[in-house]
Amino acid sequence: MEKIGVFICSSCNIGDRLELADLENAAKDQGAAVVYTKEFLCSKEGKAFIEEKIAQDGLDAVSICACSQRVNYEVFSFDQVAVDRVSLREGVVWSRFLLGENGEILEDTAEYVSGVTFKDELMALAKDYVRMSVAKLQTYKKPEPFKPEEEISKVILVIGGGVAGLTAALEAAKAGYEVVLVEKEKELGGFVAKMKAHCEVNPPFQKLVPPVVKDLIAQVEANDKIKVYKGAVVTNIAGAPGLFQVKIKQGGKEEEIKIGSIVLAAGFKPYDASKLADLGYGVIPSVVTNVKFEEMAKNGALVRPSDGAPVKSVLFIQCAGQRDENHLPYCSGFCCLASLKQAQYVREADPEAKAFIVYDHMRTMGIFENFYKTLQNDPGVFLTKGKVVSITEGENGKVKVLVDETLLGEKIEVEVDLVVLATGMVPVTAEESVLNLEYRQGPGLPELELFYGYADSNFICFPYETRRTGIYAAGAIHQPMTIQQAIEDAKGAALKAIQCLVAIEEGHAVHPRTWDYAYPEWDLKMCTQCKRCTEECPFGALNEDEKGNPLTNITRCRRCGTCFGACPQRIINFKDYSIDMVSTMIKATEMPEQGYEQYRLMAFVCENDALPALDMVAYNKKPLPVAFRIIPVRCLGAVNVAFIKDSMSKGYDGILLLGCKYGENYQCHFIKGSELANRRMENVAETLQQLALESERVTIHTVAIDEVDLVVEKMQKFTEEIKGFGENPFKGW
Amino acid sequence: MGKPILVVGGGISGVTAAVEAAEVGAEVVLIEKQPTLGGRVAQLRYYFPKLCPPTCGLEINYRRIKSNPRIKVYTMAEVLEVNGAPGNYNVKIKIAPRYVNDNCTACGECEKVCEGERISDFDFGLSKTKAIYLPHPVAFPMKYVLDKDALAPGDLERIMAACKYNAIEPEMKEQILELEVGSIIWATGWKPYDATKLDNLGYGKYANVITNMQMERMASPWGPTQGKIVRPSDNQPPKKVAFVQCAGSRDENHLPFCSYICCLASLKHSLYLAEQDPEAESYIFYIDLRTPGRYEKFLKKAEAEAKINFIKGKVAKIEEDPETNDLIVTAEDTLSGKKISQKVDLVVLALGMQPSLASAEIKGIKIDQNGFVVEEEGMISCGCAKMPLDVMTSNETATGAALKAIQIIKRG
Repeated sequence: MEKIGVFICSSCNIGDRLELADLENAAKDQGAAVVYTKEFLCSKEGKAFIEEKIAQDGLDAVSICACSQRVNYEVFSFDQVAVDRVSLREGVVWSRFLLGENGEILEDTAEYVSGVTFKDELMALAKDYVRMSVAKLQTYKKPEPFKPEEEISKVILVIGGGVAGLTAALEAAKAGYEVVLVEKEKELGGFVAKMKAHCEVNPPFQKLVPPVVKDLIAQVEANDKIKVYKGAVVTNIAGAPGLFQVKIKQGGKEEEIKIGSIVLAAGFKPYDASKLADLGYGVIPSVVTNVKFEEMAKNGALVRPSDGAPVKSVLFIQCAGQRDENHLPYCSGFCCLASLKQAQYVREADPEAKAFIVYDHMRTMGIFENFYKTLQNDPGVFLTKGKVVSITEGENGKVKVLVDETLLGEKIEVEVDLVVLATGMVPVTAEESVLNLEYRQGPGLPELELFYGYADSNFICFPYETRRTGIYAAGAIHQPMTIQQAIEDAKGAALKAIQCLVAIEEGHAVHPRTWDYAYPEWDLKMCTQCKRCTEECPFGALNEDEKGNPLTNITRCRRCGTCFGACPQRIINFKDYSIDMVSTMIKATEMPEQGYEQYRLMAFVCENDALPALDMVAYNKKPLPVAFRIIPVRCLGAVNVAFIKDSMSKGYDGILLLGCKYGENYQCHFIKGSELANRRMENVAETLQQLALESERVTIHTVAIDEVDLVVEKMQKFTEEIKGFGENPFKGW
Repeated sequence: MGKPILVVGGGISGVTAAVEAAEVGAEVVLIEKQPTLGGRVAQLRYYFPKLCPPTCGLEINYRRIKSNPRIKVYTMAEVLEVNGAPGNYNVKIKIAPRYVNDNCTACGECEKVCEGERISDFDFGLSKTKAIYLPHPVAFPMKYVLDKDALAPGDLERIMAACKYNAIEPEMKEQILELEVGSIIWATGWKPYDATKLDNLGYGKYANVITNMQMERMASPWGPTQGKIVRPSDNQPPKKVAFVQCAGSRDENHLPFCSYICCLASLKHSLYLAEQDPEAESYIFYIDLRTPGRYEKFLKKAEAEAKINFIKGKVAKIEEDPETNDLIVTAEDTLSGKKISQKVDLVVLALGMQPSLASAEIKGIKIDQNGFVVEEEGMISCGCAKMPLDVMTSNETATGAALKAIQIIKRG
């Protein structure tokens, strides 16, 4: 940008603590075309003033030196003009104080060290920030929406024709989108179609209804926006959202179609009951699974497999092969409802028959308590907490079940005609990729072992997040769930698939940086084929050609900048976020000469959690060390080692990286950013040691958004540590 | 894309529904009754099972709102009546006066000079705020609110003099807004069940009987005790804490349904206690431990990391030792058949969730006997306005609700 205007607000203590004329001079010195100081810049008059000056002075970029970028976002937004925000309020005057020995806030005029007042340091910080902002805008280029060369497909592929897949297809079609539905089996409907009945999926959730899929199948088959492939599988998916080429194999034929986005609803398989011999499965003929029992009930044949005699009593064993480290460690979420339902089948088929349900915890969540009550009110259904001790063959074709730790306070033995094991669900993604992606990082969704193989999200707030852009899971492949939840879930996944297509059409990123029109661009002439970008991208956005050069797929990209951070050649840049930009910002700061004894520290701070945490520090008026210059980054993964080198050679005495927590319960919105940054620190440490510098001069800390005291403590501690090492010897080189 | 979608409720479900719909291209009006967005989750310290702060996800969602001109937010707003039909609703909305206008920069000078105080509803009565206050450190919008009833004599003059931005408007009036919208998403959420109705559990009578939401506020670093869990009677950290599950839930006399989250919340609270004092003991009195799906792992984590005694049995009564303010919890252990009397320092009622609209009278909307919103075409419910749910599932329903709402406005 060429003509940069700087607007300094004097309100909210900024004018009280800072010499604004000095800030104006710093801005001009850095190359700002015009500089204005005005009070109450966020007022209507303030905004009008800025707009007037933009027009009058022909500005193409403005630096608003006022409050944090997190507030007054809508006020300081101007069409056609690049905007940078300098946080003088939260970042300087509300968070930097000199404390006395008893923790009291001292006057800024107090001497900080010999010959230097705190005010001097505060001004040095504020001037650096103003200079950095001007430097940033000088290197800023306006992002243009990404437009693929090929025509975008707006067709949604739904993999799986069970209740979730049918719902997703139908709901997307109702919103006006074309859908291709691929079902592996010869018929649509999945597990639900094989059911006799299920608990109703609308309030009051008290009674059984015929399977909902019957009507769904009819609607899907009658909908001219939905093309159904039955007895078909997806054999290959290449390309990227909006540009997927999907191969579908049906019978002996393979067809390739263009697809925009994908709903993965391939469902589950029942847990392999042959592993449950200790519960009598495969040993005693009258021990069956809930899946088999459903089939028996649907066929109207509630008879003993051993001799075909009518079933007069059935015992259901809950959590069979579930919540058990030797089998499925999780709860499948649907089996309590299923057994209650099947107990009702027993009672309906023969009012004299009895049903026993032995459970550990009856899990009829929320309003489904109503269905539990329906069964509790039936005197022929016996429900007890208990542990099954043994299952043996009894006399006359019966099965003897010994149950301990019951609500009756003693062991009980029950002889029944049939034992039903309430076995759980295994998502098909636990065993196969389903997607068959032609991606450099592999054919399926990565690291699903975190979620027991479910195509689940790590983010509580964002349940449809996956690490393959444009692919959204729904139903029992997503999380263990009931039919009602699968229907709800499928609508959500369909929305996300549609939303992805809208984002591609508009040329911006999808969640979490939905506002972002910039995208990474490679200068491949300088590429050394080191493959760091293609390997480290958390979203698998990059493929490789045969030589190892990255092949970009911008519609798969989430704009986290991990590739940018990884590249040793510094050839990956965004229009509005580049190596050159950050480097110029670092260079724009003023570094005191050797022997000044005032340390200068640089912090690269993740703008998702750590930066808001620093704002909270300001709102709580806690003191951050005045030595810190803070550069917000989109993710710690987007911190290139060049930033660290540039900071060290500028003379910064220490560098701190503040980002989100990593590990099993990672909070990084880009999955791996802070973890990768931490790994890169090892290389940095080596480089520092080669220069005979202490490796601790560059440190990474993780912080959650609410850890206000902790972040202050960590920054203060880092400052003390650096003082222990003395000044950076390269200062002034 | 046709008429706007109205989203009623600015908690996690409403915020999700609003951003998800707007990012498909719909115009969205999001209204919230409180002075800030964020709803119940903003009051929590952590989500289970990750033990991560809800403000983290809210922050991303607020950024999505701020950068999306298709979303218009009104706080302190509630629906009075709905007329019309799918695709074509007229909604009458009441906006309560904030007495602070958009000039507010949240500089905080007013708060410094204000003497009058009010009980903090955000902290469930555990703290006080000034009469003029910022609802929350991550409030959206970041603007103060004035509770005129709480002003001390002379406060108004002092506040007005302290505000350099003419942001205080004591004469601000209630506004009535009429909106033409195509579809409506009800994301009105829940409120804690009124604990004083549970006579046998001593809430309101004994100082050291608190609710699960009060526990969250105490555990929050921004809460009334800056994150320290203490007994209200003497501010001492408790050594033994009883959790009464299904307090009001699964009970025909109160809430007949299960509130979905309370077992998980009590396990989480046991982890809070263990973090503060590894020797602290929890006594969880439950009917069934409901940790469905992947949450089973959280149950295992809590069992491993916190000292928890699980007692299967409903609490019959709670009594107080007037000398020490300790509490004696009496229950029948249904597994042994024995009566148990456990002395504890603090009792936490795992209160159930009552739909916010349980006693609301809004013309044009159907509410069932429990207070949940009955869905109709064009009137979609999500989150805990629909049924008791956890956050993740609430957001699934909210995302789905966005699609249903869009189908209506696209059809016109």
